This record gives sequence, structure tokens and C-alpha cells, in this order.
Amino acid sequence: MSAAPSPPASPPESDSKTVIGIAFGNTNSSIAYTSPDGKAEVIANEEGDRQIPSVLSYIGSEEYHGAQAKSHLVRNAKNTVCYFRDFLGKSFASIDPTNSHTSAHPVDVGGTTSFNLQQTEDETATPVSISEITTRHLLRLKDSASDFLGSKIGGAVITVPTDFTDAQRSALIAAAKAADLEVLQIIHEPVAACLAYDARNNTIPTDKTILVVDLGGTRCDAAVVSSRGGMYTIIATAHDYELGGLQLDQVLVDHFAKEFLKRNKVDPREDARSLAKLKLEAEGTKRTLSLGNSATISIESLAGGYDFHSTVNRLRYEMLAKKVFDQIVGLAESVVTKAELDLLDIDEVILSGGTSHTPKIASRLAQIFPVTTQINAPATSAVALNPSELSARGAAIQASLIAEFDQEDIEQSTHPAVTVAPHLVKSVGVVIDGADDSFQTLLEAQTAVPARRTAQFIVPNGGDVIVKICEGVREIVVSKPEAKPNGVKDDDDSEEEEEEEADVRNRVFKVERVVAEAAVRGVEKGSKIEVTLNVGSDLALSVAARVVGGQQGARGTVEGTDKKE
Amino acid sequence: MASVKSLRPLPALPEGWSAESNFIAHAPLSASVHRKLEPVGPHFLAHARRKRHSRTFSEDDRIQASQNVKSVEDDDVGEISEPESPLLLQRDPKDWKNQDHYAVLGLSKYRYKATDEQIKKAHRKKVLKHHPDKRAASGATEDDSFFKCIQKAMEVLSDPARRRQFDSVDEDANRDPPTKKAKGNFFKLWSVVFESEARFSKNQPVPKFGDEKSTEQAVEEFYNFWYNFDSWRTFEYLDEDVPDDNENRDQKRSVERKNKASRTKRKTEDTARLRKLVDDCQNLDTRIKAFRDAKKKQRNAKRDARDAEEKRVAEEARIKAEEDKKRKEEEEVAAKASKESSKKAKEAAKTAVKKNKRVLKGSVKDANYFVSGIASPDVIDKVLSDVELIIAKIDAEDLGVFAKKLEANKGADAVKATYLAQASGMVSKGLIKAGELKILTSA
Ligand SMILES: Nc1ncnc2c1ncn2[C@@H]1O[C@H](COP(=O)(O)OP(=O)(O)OP(=O)(O)O)[C@@H](O)[C@H]1O
Repeated sequence: MSAAPSPPASPPESDSKTVIGIAFGNTNSSIAYTSPDGKAEVIANEEGDRQIPSVLSYIGSEEYHGAQAKSHLVRNAKNTVCYFRDFLGKSFASIDPTNSHTSAHPVDVGGTTSFNLQQTEDETATPVSISEITTRHLLRLKDSASDFLGSKIGGAVITVPTDFTDAQRSALIAAAKAADLEVLQIIHEPVAACLAYDARNNTIPTDKTILVVDLGGTRCDAAVVSSRGGMYTIIATAHDYELGGLQLDQVLVDHFAKEFLKRNKVDPREDARSLAKLKLEAEGTKRTLSLGNSATISIESLAGGYDFHSTVNRLRYEMLAKKVFDQIVGLAESVVTKAELDLLDIDEVILSGGTSHTPKIASRLAQIFPVTTQINAPATSAVALNPSELSARGAAIQASLIAEFDQEDIEQSTHPAVTVAPHLVKSVGVVIDGADDSFQTLLEAQTAVPARRTAQFIVPNGGDVIVKICEGVREIVVSKPEAKPNGVKDDDDSEEEEEEEADVRNRVFKVERVVAEAAVRGVEKGSKIEVTLNVGSDLALSVAARVVGGQQGARGTVEGTDKKE
Repeated sequence: MASVKSLRPLPALPEGWSAESNFIAHAPLSASVHRKLEPVGPHFLAHARRKRHSRTFSEDDRIQASQNVKSVEDDDVGEISEPESPLLLQRDPKDWKNQDHYAVLGLSKYRYKATDEQIKKAHRKKVLKHHPDKRAASGATEDDSFFKCIQKAMEVLSDPARRRQFDSVDEDANRDPPTKKAKGNFFKLWSVVFESEARFSKNQPVPKFGDEKSTEQAVEEFYNFWYNFDSWRTFEYLDEDVPDDNENRDQKRSVERKNKASRTKRKTEDTARLRKLVDDCQNLDTRIKAFRDAKKKQRNAKRDARDAEEKRVAEEARIKAEEDKKRKEEEEVAAKASKESSKKAKEAAKTAVKKNKRVLKGSVKDANYFVSGIASPDVIDKVLSDVELIIAKIDAEDLGVFAKKLEANKGADAVKATYLAQASGMVSKGLIKAGELKILTSA
């Protein structure tokens, strides 16, 4: 197999297409491009925002977008459209209008979800379809990108959640087209996040199983992705449409509202405008608490003519938000279960989405995984990428990879005829000397075939050795923690403590079935043997073992069972 | 292509391992599963290039490829399965305490058995249908009271502590014990009762009621479990609302006290109720009687066996005594008989010895004391002394044999030869010393 193609390192020619990546969320959107030196960068819009609220607002004939539009939620809620991404490509009957409660309400116009908006100086409202809203939003994003990059945008890769239906994809492509934006490819958010991380190095990523937890504003999604030879396969997904940053905002809104109520005998939640103010400010407070140990809130004339100034510390907030955190941890656990895996099988966790900035969420997730599991979040890793940017970065990297492809090429490459591949169900490896039944995995389960892996082994004593190739199963071995070395006195306290000590769980590979054996004879003491396993698309396995820098070796083939492709 | 760094040692080739080509294929790899690779990233694009390079895809290939792919997304939310009665839809959300939260979410069938996942999905379905904006769109009134009921139901059922409080007083999940007249299988009827009660158990799983085939141990464990039932059932849900304002502290405290008292009372009543229920069931449980009967039977059987054994032993002893007696009598008779017969035999033997001695003495006389002419008194004396010696040393049996030989071999020489043979035989046996004999020595 040839070496991995690396992202184009040369600066794009002046005549080549400028392509971008777009993360289109219910709450925020972001745009990114790949710089001439191959790095993905998120672009700030005219207002300097990299997280651009997916909000449009109308005052008179004026259209506002992003953060500006979002601020209109206080005074112009009825003419402000929020949280609309998940309405696209769906019938009115199947949308959940809950999050639009404090902004323009979706209405049913002949089955099409629309918003009644005043867009002219006179007071009449006219329906604007969800497709039209999306088009306007994408147009603003495209213009921001084009302004920043100083060139026409030739196409975009857009990220969507894994549960996006074909109808939603088609609607998105059509809405983009209406904004004169060519959608090169629609890719899945968790995969974009994986790509954003893997693209940091130019080497082939090691085989690993990744849990991507995408914590946004209105929803949380989780996916187990197996990364094999740098290719990604989604093994399982889970979604919670009633869990996200908004729930955390609500925790603070309730906390502050109670405090305000106590002081002023007025509940700011009972007035739409007061509530909108409090919500906006509470979100800011929440973000501050991701960095500092306390945060202040300060709202002039919040309700009943009273101002509101208060502080909250992080510990208090984390206590109040415990239920939401519990649900997030529960979602992560459930997707691992759905993938028929154990938490110990997860090599890496990627926290994505704005809410992933929350330190407690990262530490709560870190707690359920073994210490060897890499937790990629700002609170747990100094080298973590900004979780709010992962989707857009991944999309930008993909966009640069396919910038030169024509439509036909992309269509062909993304078709199931190419993407659907047989995946191994068992790990394949070589038995090593020492502990019983232990072996070195070469090909992990969930590796798409054809695939090839090589490993080197040593022959410390020389002589004849056996290369025994087998399929293995992963077992979780549960053992009691080791007894405390010095017999602590048997008072009640210590006994209870001992009871609480959790079992030690370990992940071991056991040989399940021997597939083939090869003998390498007369090996010199201390030499290395290189073993290459090559599995064809028909599951035929060819084995080659050879002494590094020597003549001896053995090779052979085990017939496959699947039909040859 | 990925390479794994291992540098771990390979095992030595086992003794006697042999193959023609240093390679043995044992078994093919396990069947694969078809999954979709995400068409993203440089390594996928390389894969796509290779795959597309090697061939062109027919329409058939393309269709087939889309099938049999393991899907990772769940099915759509689907339809609401339970009909919504007009009564339910008209509920007043303020009366949420009396609302059947499961019915509101369309989970009447599941109740305490509904999983968190089911509750989530059911809630979502209801929201999609009953959100006030949806109602407004379909021309219905802006009335969002049922939506509020839905939110209240979710609020209660999504909080584990509050759900337990509601489940504690969820009458619709209760299964009353069967009445005396109830028809049906006793075990089935009671099983559902205990299954429903089991939801309150702190200890899970709860032993099953079982059926007529249950072992005594299982039944015993079952009743033990229920007589020691550890229940989490609480009655907070039925609390009277505590006034919220600070002015009425006394009233607040009094309501709180009242609530506390009635919670305790209800809990005590519930414990008693459950106890009675278990009592009733146990009294009706035919297995208990069956086990008792079986035990009694076993006990009786044991006793019968013991009696029979005793009888058998007594009988055996009696027979033995009888036999002993008989044998003793027989022995006595036999002893007497043998005594008599031995006396006779002894007498017969005595006469035989006498007779044989006569034969011996007679034979030497007939042989003229082994001399020709008239035998001198000295010779006669010597010969007779030898004969006496033989007679003295010979046993009765040999004497008989010797006598017979002598009777068979008449004639002086033959008699002498016979005597000599006898004498030398006895000498060689050590019965007689050679020197003791006077005439009958061969020397
Ligand atoms: N530093 C921070 N700390 C905590 N929360 C943050 C921080 N930054 C952003 N968030 C929260 O992240 C959420 C937005 O996440 P994101 O930008 O990923 O939105 P999204 O992808 O559009 O989400 P969705 O589609 O689920 O609504 C908001 O609730 C926001 O308050």
C-alpha cells in the first residue's frame, strides 16, 4: 500500500477554488478554511465572532445576523428566528418547536415549517419558509468567509448530526444552492471532530476507538467511532434532544430568578422580556464559570424596575447543574453500551461543542474512563483543540482534500459501492511468549478490509520459533482490589471503606481460535521477525513472516469465506 | 499501511511441529459485518481511489452495496401508540398531583416498568404533537393546558426521586390479591400480586413466587424474603401542600408536622397490609400443606420402616433362637450317637488289634520261628520278643496292614521276608532301634 496522501501543503493556486468548511448548528455556526500551510483555521465574521449564533432578526427592512440578531431576543423576539437547523427538511408535524418558545414561533404553511416575520416598515408579517431562512443564514456565512478570504467561495463542506435524514440533506443542499453556495459534501459532525484531531499529525493515526461527545446548545449527541488505518466507521450513536447548554442556562436562570424573587418579590421569569434578558446574561455567566471560580451577573432594570447584581461560584453552579451533568454522563455511557463495548474499550474521548468547555463535564467523563483513556477537552488536556471549532475545522480539512474533485468524483467516492466495506468482527493477532493465551493484536476488530498490518517481534534466545495467528476476544476481568498491606484495625469505619472500594476491571485479550501457524527456523539469537498480515475483501488472509535482515521466513494463505469483490 | 510496534518475544516452535511448507492454515477468519466507512479524510480518499481504480460499479453493485449495511441510527420516533381520551386531554395541569403521569405520556401499559429511554421517547412524541405552537397551527385554541400536563409528567418521571414518590402511590400499578372466588391458576394469580409489590423492594431481584413444582427451599426463601421485606415505598406524594409564605410560620410548621405524621402512619399501614397479604397467601398456599404432608408422610414412612425393622429383627431373633435350639438338640443327639459309635469302633479296633496280634504271633509259630527242626526255647523267646517289640511299636492301622500281608504270604520264608521288611521299615522310620531286634535284623 502506498504512503498516506497528505493534505495539500502548497498554497492554493490563484485560479483554484476557494473552499470552506461550515459547521451549521441550531445554536451556532462557524466557518473555517485551510490555510496555505495546511492548517485549518476558524474565521471570525465582521463582528469578530468565531461562534456565530445561528440567528436572524428583522427590524423594518433591516436583517441582522449572528450575535447582533441574538441580542434582539430581548426587544424583538417575535421577529427573531433561533434554533431552526433541525426544522429543515422536516414536516411541520415532526418538528419540536420547544426551543422557539422565546423567539419567532414556527407555523404551518401547507405542511412547510415557516416563520411569520415583519420584514418591511409596515406592520404586516409574511411567512418565511425554513428553507428561505436557511438560505439567508448560509448566505451571511458565505459572505463573511468571502470577505475574510478575499475571494469568491467555490464550495463548502457542511457538517450535520449523524441522524440527519436524506430529506434533511437534500433540503440543506437546496437551501445552500439558493444562496449560491455549492455543497461539496455533507459530513457527520463527530467524524469532522476526529479528523480535526487526526489532521494535527501527518502520520497515519494508530488504530483506536473514539467516543465523540458533542454537547451543543439544544442537543447532545454521542458517537462511538472506530478509527482504523486513519479511516472512520461509526459503530453506534445516541442523541438527546432535550439536553444541552440551554438546560445549563436554565439552571442559572432559576438560581438567579429565585434570588431576585427573594429580594424584590418579583419573578423575572414571568415577564418575557425580563426572562430574555436574564437568559442572555445567564449564558454569559455560565461561560465565565468555565474559566474562573466565580462569575458576576449584572442586569439593569431586570424586572419591576429593579436592577440585579449577583455572583455565583463554580462549586455552587456545579451542584445546581448536577442533574444535567448526570444526564450527559449517562448519554456517553449509553452509546458505549449500544456499541456493545465496555468503557475500557474507549481509547480516546473527544469532547466537542460549546458546552464541552464546562470543566466539570470533562472531569465527570474522565472519572468513568480508565486513566489511560485520553480525554480531549480544555479542562483535561493542555493540547486539546477548542471544542467549539472541531466541526468547522474538520469540514475545512475535508473541503481542502476534495477541492479539486469534480461533482462526479465526489458522488462516486461517497457512494455506498465505495463506502460500504466488510469489517472484521474479531481482532486478529499473533500469540506471544509469556503469559497464557496472550497475544499482540495486529488487526483490531472493526477494521475494514482489505487491510494490511505489520508488526515486529523479537527472538531473544534464537532457534526455531512459531508465528501463531489467531482471532481473539476481548474480555473484561473483574478482580477485587488488593487487600490493604498492613492489617488496619477492624473498627467499623475501615470496614465500610473497604466495602466501598470498587472492583478492579481489566481488559485482556484471549485467544479464541487459531487461524494459521508458521514456523521460522534457525533464527539467530536476538534477531527480529517481521510479521505482515494481509486480509482481502473476501477475508482471505495472507501471512508473511521474515527475519529482519535475514533469509529465513515463512508465508502462506488462509482461504476467505466471503465472496470475492 | 499501519504498522504495529510490538517487539514482544515469539514462542519457541513446539517439539514435533511439522508441516510441509512451514505453514499450516487452520481455519478461515470469522464472517465479517458490512459497515459504512465515513467518506472523510485523506486515508478514506486513498481507499476510494484504490477501490474505484480496480473496477467500475454496475447499477446492481450500487444497489446491493446499500443493502445489508449495519445501521447505527435508531428508527424514527414513530407513532403514539396509546389513544388519548378526551378526558385526559382536558385535564387541568394545576391538578397535576392527581394526574396519571404514565397515561399522560402514553405509557399506561408500562408504568413503573418503563425505562428512562422509553419515557424520553414517549415524552418527545407527545411534545411533537401537543406543543402549543402545533395546536395553534392546526387552528385549535391556544390552550396549552395538556402540554403543561405533559411537562409536569416529564418533570416527575425524569427525576428518580420524584418518580419513586409517584410510583409509591401509583394505584394503577397495584395488583390486589385474588378474592376467594377468583378463578384461575392460584400461582399465576398471586405471582402478579407479588410482582407488583416487588417494585418497592430495595433488594433486587426479588425471588419468584414459583408454582406447584417449586422446591421447599425456594418456597421457604420466598416467604422469608417477604416477611423481611425492605421497602422504599414512601408517601410524600400525598403530602398536603406546605404554605410557601414566610408569614405563616406556625401554620407551615403544623402542616409539616401533620405531613410527617401521616407519612409515618401510611408507611406503618402499608407494612401491615403487606404482612397480612403475605399471611393470607401463605395460608392459602397449597404447597405449604403439601410440604407439611410430605414431611408427615416421610415421618410416618420412617416410623413404619422403623416398626417393620423392629418386627423383622424380632422375627429374625425368634427364628434364630428356634434354629439354635434345634441345632443344639441335633448336636446333642449326634454327639451321643458319635460317642456310642466311637465306643463301638474302639472296641472293634481293640478286637482287631488283638486279632492282628494273634495273627502276628500265630504266623511266627506257623513259620516254626524261622528255623528248621524244633525251635529252641531261646529262639522262640527271641523271635517272640521281636514280635512283641513290633507289636508294641506299631500303630493299629499298620498292624492291620501287616497282619493282612502275613495272612496273604504263607510259608516260612515269605513270612520271614514280610517280617524283615516290616522290621527294617520300622527301623528306618525310627520306630525301633536296630539293636533292639534280636532275630529280625537283616544284618
Ligand atoms: N465557554 C463555554 N462554557 C460553557 N458553555 C459554553 C461555552 N461556550 C459556549 N457554550 C455553550 O455551548 C452551547 C453552544 O454550543 P455549540 O456552539 O456547539 O452549538 P451548536 O452546535 O449549534 O449546538 P446545537 O445544534 O446542539 O444547538 C451554548 O449553550 C453555549 O452557551
